[in-house]
Amino acid sequence: MSSAARPPLASLGHLAARRSDTPEAPEGTPKIDVESMSFYYGDKRALHDISVRIRPNVVTAFIGPSGCGKSTFLRSLNRMNDIIQGTRVEGRIRIDNVDIYKPGLDVVQLRRRVGMVFQKSNPFPKSIFENIAYGLRINGMAGSSSELAGRVEESLKQAALWDEVKDRLHESALAMSGGQQQRLCIARALAVRPDILLMDEPASALDPIATQRIEELIYDLKKTYTIVIVTHNMQQAARVSDHTAFFWLGRLVEFDRTEKIFTAPAEKLTEDYVTGRFG
Amino acid sequence: MDRQVSHFREELEALQGRLLEMGGLAEERVRTAVEALVARDPALMNAVLAGDEPINQLHIEVDNRCFRLLALHQPMATDLRAVVAVVKINTDLERVGDLAVNIVEAAQRYVQHPPVKQLIDIPRMGEIAQAMLRDALDAFVKRDTALAHLVLGEDDRLDKLKTEVFRELLAYMLRDQSTVEPALDLILISRHLERIGDHATNIAEDVIFMVSALDVRHPSAGTGTG
Repeated sequence: MSSAARPPLASLGHLAARRSDTPEAPEGTPKIDVESMSFYYGDKRALHDISVRIRPNVVTAFIGPSGCGKSTFLRSLNRMNDIIQGTRVEGRIRIDNVDIYKPGLDVVQLRRRVGMVFQKSNPFPKSIFENIAYGLRINGMAGSSSELAGRVEESLKQAALWDEVKDRLHESALAMSGGQQQRLCIARALAVRPDILLMDEPASALDPIATQRIEELIYDLKKTYTIVIVTHNMQQAARVSDHTAFFWLGRLVEFDRTEKIFTAPAEKLTEDYVTGRFG
Repeated sequence: MDRQVSHFREELEALQGRLLEMGGLAEERVRTAVEALVARDPALMNAVLAGDEPINQLHIEVDNRCFRLLALHQPMATDLRAVVAVVKINTDLERVGDLAVNIVEAAQRYVQHPPVKQLIDIPRMGEIAQAMLRDALDAFVKRDTALAHLVLGEDDRLDKLKTEVFRELLAYMLRDQSTVEPALDLILISRHLERIGDHATNIAEDVIFMVSALDVRHPSAGTGTG
């Protein structure tokens, strides 16, 4: 829209220094505590001074236009950005009070605890069973073959996939539907018993029915896991999340209860975004 | 996205236009009803009784438009509050139209009797109720919460006048039994006018909610969205 002029960056100044901890309950410590975090791709600063506290056993959604930094932020929570050359993090990210960027931290162990599901489902070209068993084996969590089978079943049940695949566990995962493949990837992430599940657009390639199943699954999983989801679909953020963070141009503009963000946001920028006044 | 958004804005503006049209009709019917009572004019009364249909049709049309906007556009934040406010204001305006009919029905009975007294407070109540409606709808158009708050204040004046009308007519009824029937109709009319003020108050409250997301209806029950 022509009236959707973007405010000058200077007008965002008030956002930088504020600690966005509105949705936090007075009791309990945050699961993920991010303090003054900035992120750089080479010289380019992609995230500016982000502070946010993510509570355990809730679903937190990150929304914002493409390029706003929400995926970069998500990937910094299990150091997936480390694999990109020339990236750098400032500030602090603590999970269960441990600085995940401290020297000597075991990144493999971190990624086991902080699982990730991507936009495009990416099952291995192996059987359904092997897709789950693989992660358990390389993490030394396989145990006996009956133990392994038990863990595979448990993961598939948690991902609401067991009933659909229990009779064809040894068939290729690539023969499954898109929605099933995505739930298999969720099962694979859950198999190594993480605490936190990061989901980057987990349903954007799925039809509405498969999307609904994923959303129902997210709702069930939050009882056990802390879930952070990036989504372009605002209705999806509204449906599945408890808290929502709105990112814009690498800044965290507003973080609050989802109901508040979508009915009465405090910041004009958030209001303009959720009402589609700029795109 | 831009085209979709401007399409939504067009629809929302059209919706608001229809709501204001309905507000104009409701206000006009209140004015005519009180005028018909004061003038004891059967033709004006019949005009009010016969003229309910356009409001009823708008009532349904506005509801349908809101329903369609919610289903097809899933508005959020200020847009969501605007559509929800329109749904509620729509109901209030339709009720105002019905109350104008109720006033005329009481007026038709009233004019069967000699006048109980010169009507002063009831036309005054009519003016206040109309002004409240007008201001509430003005506040809606201008997104003006200060004006909406003024409407809330006016409601007290209307309530006081209703009480005065009741006391005064009670005195008439106690003095002269033949005035009981017409005096009761006047009391009913004052009650209807006071109810119209309540609907204008509801509209003003909805405007405040729409603009600032604050729920001022029941201060003790907490405030606002989120």
